[in-house]
Amino acid sequence: MTADVAVLGAGMHPWGKWGRGFVEYGTAAARAALADAGLEWRDIGSIVGADTVRGGYPGYVAGATFAKALGWQGARVASVYAACASGAQAVNAARAQILSGLADVVLVVGADAAPKGFFRPAGGERHDDPDWLRFRVLGATNPTYFGLYARRRMALYGDTPEDFAQVKVKNAALGALNPYARYRKRVSAEEVAASAVVADPLRLLDICATSDGGAALVLSSMEFARRRGAADPVRIRAVSTVTPRYPNTVLDLPDIATDSAATVTPPDETFRASIARAAYEEAGVGPEELSLAEVYDLSTALELQWYEDLRLCGEGEGAKLLREGATALGGRIPVNASGGLASFGEAVPAQAIAQVCELTWQLRGDAGDRQVAGARVGLTANQGLFGHGSAVLAVR
Amino acid sequence: MVTDWFTGDGDDFRLLGTRCSACASVFFPREDGHCRNPACGGGELAELPLSRRGRVWSYTDSRYRPPSPYVSDPELPWEPYALIAVELESERIVVLGQAVPGITVADLTVGMEVEVVPGVLGEDTETTWTTWHWRPTGVTA
Repeated sequence: MTADVAVLGAGMHPWGKWGRGFVEYGTAAARAALADAGLEWRDIGSIVGADTVRGGYPGYVAGATFAKALGWQGARVASVYAACASGAQAVNAARAQILSGLADVVLVVGADAAPKGFFRPAGGERHDDPDWLRFRVLGATNPTYFGLYARRRMALYGDTPEDFAQVKVKNAALGALNPYARYRKRVSAEEVAASAVVADPLRLLDICATSDGGAALVLSSMEFARRRGAADPVRIRAVSTVTPRYPNTVLDLPDIATDSAATVTPPDETFRASIARAAYEEAGVGPEELSLAEVYDLSTALELQWYEDLRLCGEGEGAKLLREGATALGGRIPVNASGGLASFGEAVPAQAIAQVCELTWQLRGDAGDRQVAGARVGLTANQGLFGHGSAVLAVR
Repeated sequence: MVTDWFTGDGDDFRLLGTRCSACASVFFPREDGHCRNPACGGGELAELPLSRRGRVWSYTDSRYRPPSPYVSDPELPWEPYALIAVELESERIVVLGQAVPGITVADLTVGMEVEVVPGVLGEDTETTWTTWHWRPTGVTA
């Protein structure tokens, strides 16, 4: 008995501001993933949709929305919402069905048509919604939190805005090589420094944009994969969906305050670090075995934080790892070989799925000019609003 | 707008949290439902005024106008404000808030002492919305 599931197909709709509906992006990505798997939609026994909340009613029922667009065929259906972790939870739901024997082959789809500029909460007077409250009471946008984290790193570890800019330079150079990326132009440190400050010390080019986009995966049991002639497919070995542990002492989106650590000793590791550790433990793989990682670079400074949370280096050593070139293509552990959110922008329910698409192409050796040589083990990591962990570990 | 999150005037101004009678965990914004400590069997949640002073955990600012439901006058040019996350020593909690008007990121450092003061979030012809602000100690403006 193996806990692996096979990735038979991966597909994306290019990221951008296309001005169309999320259903179109998701359906295009789904068809691409099915074609990549060599399967027909009618062969699929189950579909899991990662929800968007901005598409109105259909957004909340993404699984069925995509199934309808592809043509009703009676598949098992599920829809999941976990903010930025929606895609990972969709992968997890599909994996659970496969490992439990409920389904042989599952289509996972996430897509979004994002608003321009800041994300904002749904309308109305909603005093019991922490996301609404942080905007109304404090005017605290997402970049506010990114700015707080960046400034904290500068104070604690001596990171500089120039370090942050080098993350953008690295990721933009990789995104320039990715046909699915929205931004396909190299960016210089001077261009980052010349862009407007959004949330001190972060500038416009330190912060990821909002984008349209879609991503899809076809996952199956190892037995199904073998029957289809895929003897050595990319395999998902772990999916981490953990919550924080009390008391959570890092000010997280969308909270106005942390938990108090006055009477309960905080856990030894932060929430973000626990997300990665859970994936490592489930897979029986350590950080030293990674060939590459795809992390949620909502800001340049946050990518450095993930280096430490993934234990690619010690605490406070993220900028040093970057400066050494370890996380660039050709380095010891390339991070965001896809170009990351810096090059894609955020299409919330699609992004965690897109990260797994990139791992799939990399582990197959199909990543073209941005290929990580000899890639065997890859990890994705992100964090969903309100305390949703998200990490996927894949091997070949 | 937010009920019972703060009280008092001048030097008596305080943020109001709650504290569990069983495990002494402190919550802000106030938790009136159930104690969120997973190891706690649950106790009464009593109102607790928080410390007036704390240390800057981190800070940033808002150079672009936030979207609604933040209320600002679109007819007026945008005036950035600083936001400060403040660690209260005895409660060991970090609380985010706007800095008093006139304080910019150039005035702040991580670790600096600040105190909570009453502030105005916004007003229209009928209502003034009050809030809390963080102000570096020793600044009286």
